[in-house]
Order: sequence, then C-alpha cells, then structure tokens
Amino acid sequence: MFELCIPEFLGGRCIPSMALFSQLLIGLINGSFYALLSLGLAVIFGMLNIINFSHGAQYMMGAFVAYLLLQHLGLNYWMALIFAPIIVGAIGVAMERLFLQWLYKLDHLYGLLLTFGVALIIEGMFRNQFGSSGLPYQMPEALTGGQNLGFMFLPNYRAWVIVASLTVCLGTWFIIERTKLGSYLRAATENPALVSAFGVNVPRMITLTYGFGVALAAFAGVMAAPIYNVSPQMGAELIIVVFAVVVIGGMGSIMGAIVTGFGLGVIEGLTKVFLPEWSNTVIFIIMAIVLLVRPAGLFGRRT
Amino acid sequence: MLDTRTPLLDVSGLEAWYGESHILHGVNFNVHEGEVVTLLGRNGAGKTTTLKSIMGMVGRRSGAVRFEGRDLIGTPSNEIARAGIAFCPEERGIFASLTVEENLMLPPQVRSGGLSLERIFELFPNLKERLGSSQGTKLSGGEQQMLAIARILRTGARLLLLDEPTEGLAPVIIQQIGKTIRTLKQQGFTILLVEQNFRFASTVADRYYVMEHGRVVESFVTAELDAKLETLHEYLGV
Repeated sequence: MFELCIPEFLGGRCIPSMALFSQLLIGLINGSFYALLSLGLAVIFGMLNIINFSHGAQYMMGAFVAYLLLQHLGLNYWMALIFAPIIVGAIGVAMERLFLQWLYKLDHLYGLLLTFGVALIIEGMFRNQFGSSGLPYQMPEALTGGQNLGFMFLPNYRAWVIVASLTVCLGTWFIIERTKLGSYLRAATENPALVSAFGVNVPRMITLTYGFGVALAAFAGVMAAPIYNVSPQMGAELIIVVFAVVVIGGMGSIMGAIVTGFGLGVIEGLTKVFLPEWSNTVIFIIMAIVLLVRPAGLFGRRT
Repeated sequence: MLDTRTPLLDVSGLEAWYGESHILHGVNFNVHEGEVVTLLGRNGAGKTTTLKSIMGMVGRRSGAVRFEGRDLIGTPSNEIARAGIAFCPEERGIFASLTVEENLMLPPQVRSGGLSLERIFELFPNLKERLGSSQGTKLSGGEQQMLAIARILRTGARLLLLDEPTEGLAPVIIQQIGKTIRTLKQQGFTILLVEQNFRFASTVADRYYVMEHGRVVESFVTAELDAKLETLHEYLGV
C-alpha cells in the first residue's frame, strides 16, 4: 500500500491508496447514474426540444415498479430490469400524447414547467402512498459478494452497475449515430418537416423517443434500487446534479452526456478524497465555469 | 394545347395559410404524366408555398390536390410522400448531422421502380467520390443540389417537385442539372419545377404557369414562348 499526498496549499492531506480507489469506484457508480440519466435527457431534448424535469420522478418510478413487481408479482430483479423500463416508458408515451405534444412550438419554459409540475404530482402521490422513509430492495443473489483485486475490494453489484450502464449508454450512442433509425432521428432533429415529407411518421418517432428516454431513466432507477433506498424523493435529489451534468456536457449531445456523466462522477469521487468539504459543490462550480467559458457546454453543438 | 387525359397531378382552388397570413388564393393548374411543368413568378408570388402545400407542409390548406385521382388535401405530409410524390426543397435540406451516404439513403422507398444506386451514380458521378465524406453540408453548393435530387430518385416516387434547383449555382453546374432533368424526363419521371431563372426553365420545360400574388395568372407551352416574352418580362420583372 502507498499513500498519495496533495500539495501543501490545498491542505497537504495524505490518503492511503485503498481509500482513493474506493472513492474512485463510488465516483464511477454515481457517474453510471449521471450518464444514464443525462443521456435520456439529451435524447429527449434533441428530439422534442423539451427539458424533461420529470426525469427524476421517472427514475424513481423505475425503482418503485421494480419494488412493486417483486412484492406483488414475485418478479425478480432481472425481470424488473426488462419490465420496469417498458412500463414506465409506456407511461411516458401516454404523457407525451396527452400533454407534451402540444408544447413543441412554444418556448422551452412551457415544457420545463409542465414536466416539473408532473414530477411534483407524481412524487407527491408516491409519498402519500408509500411514505418518505424509503423501502428496502434486495440485491439479486447472483450479484452479492465481491472480488478482492489486491489494491481494493470490488463488490460485484457495483461492477455490474458500471458495466450495464456503459453498455446501455454505448448501445444508445450506436443506435443514434450509426444506424438507419438513428439517421432518421438525427435528421428529424434538424428538420422534422422535411423528414416528414420524405414519408417518415415523425410524430410517432417523437413519441417513441420520449418513451425511450423515460425508459432509460426507469432502467437507472431499477439499478439504483438495491444500492439506495427506494424512496419517493430519490429522483428529486439526484436530478439536480444530473441537470448540472447536462449543462456541462451540452444539451442534445449524446456522447457528451455519456462522457460528462462518467467524468463528473469520477471528479466528484476524487474530490471526496482530497477535498471532502468541496465534494458536494464541485459539480456546480464546474458548471458555473463551463457556463462562463462555453455557454453551449463542453460538447454542445447548438448555440 | 388540349389534353384530355386525367392529369397525374391536378391542383384546383388551392389556398394556403402560414399562421394568420393567407398566401395562396385559389391556385389552379395540372401536370400530366411524363411532363416537365414549370411554375414561374417573382419572389413572394407563392411558388414555393404551392409546392409545400402539395406536400402538406404548410399550416393550413384547402381546395383540392388530386394525385392519380386521389385527393390528398387532408392527408398528412408523410402519407403524401408515401403516395409517390417527392420533394426537393429550395434550401436543399442536406442534413449536417448525417454523412453524405446517410443523406442519400435517408428517404424511405415508397414504391418499387426507384432508380438503383448505380443509375444514380451514372447521373451524378461526383457523388460517388464524395460518399465517404463525413458531413453532408461539407459538399459544395452544386454537389449538395445533386445530392438533394439524387436522394429522391431512389424512392420510387413518380412525381418530383423541384424548388429552384439552380439557385446560386455556377453556369456549368446549371447546365448539368438541366441535362439531368432532361434525362429524368426521358426515363418517365414527371417533374414540377419552380424557377425564377426562366432561361433555364425554357431548356427543360414543356409547359409554364406564371404565378402572382398567390394565383396562377398565365399559362402557355414552350412553342408559345417567343410570343409571350413581353408579357413574361412584365410578370417576372426581368
């Protein structure tokens, strides 16, 4: 084991490598959730021009659906990982058809306010039904335990979260940037009227895109259930940070959302090691700097 | 010229609005199978709006747009395309976030009988070399125009709506586009062209309609062109 020390002017603290790696891991875990959630936000914003403030509530619903599927239908974690995104995604589709579709031509503010209001209603309903103390969700049997890597102990479930999040993020990136379907999505983001005039049903594509973005949030919610408590406010706490991540990465950039999500998770983790008193604010400090230097975000394409 | 066949495209009493502004005030014209018909007129006469109204791309429209006898006035844009009409917009509509190849392959096939990629590259040899190009909008203006025309030839659409395909292009490129339009006509495509450049139009078109203030005010065939020159100059202000 060795120790790492930071410069004198920052306090001169020395940290054992074990602590460093475990914070790095926590950073990657948080980054996995930041990436999945900001990816969903970026996909939705790119296509719908809506800043989806319900994203945290939809993430929370994913965790709750997993909990309810287990309690009432006996469907385990793996089934929840498939069905919760489908169920919550379908709720998203209904929400788009009922409310969001009327807002596309209006200012961003309307979509933001509507989705924010919907989030408050959803969270209130869940608090009313389940209380706010949080419910436990059992980690799946196959992913308990962990690996001793020599320099650190790696819990299996955390390794799974990182791998699953990376896979889903890169898969989404591939679909959008490298496939025929993705070329429709990108083209419709630029000029929906023309893509429509080529014979593509753009409104249906928009609806399904929203459903997909929401499903990503629900997927993250299911993965979060065994780590964090399943509670009505779990999304509201996380989404503030995720919006900072999205602002830093740049709205509407797919790879930007993924890279910034993981990157900021790691930066936050490292800050916890070296400058613990800054760890809760570091992301917002970075956001402020990015907003000053590059208002469109690090990967932002549009101005 | 009296043509008694049912027209491929028959537009009658077409009115269109953008928000509150009433742009088209009852446009009447038709296009027969295999013809190249040109809409002439000054800026703001309603030519582009006419094409967009046929495609269902304006806010509100009324009247009748019959294609192969079927009225498409209440049909959404994507289904009009599926009926077999293809649109090449004035601003060309090449997508910046798509590669050249993705741009070319973007419009879905709506019918059988579209041109194969080989035939398209025979018409536009330049495009083949630029296929690997990363961004559609990195092409030159002329190449973008070729790409915008090429991609709608794949779809199997029988009627092509071309909005000012020569705008802002060098004379050599304009000639090439003229040649392409004549080739397409020989291959049985029907083309409705919007042009300000009536000299160019006269090298490709069979018939002409002149638009002013959202109406068709004059129509004639190529043989009458010389006799109509004076009136035309008045309408077009050239």
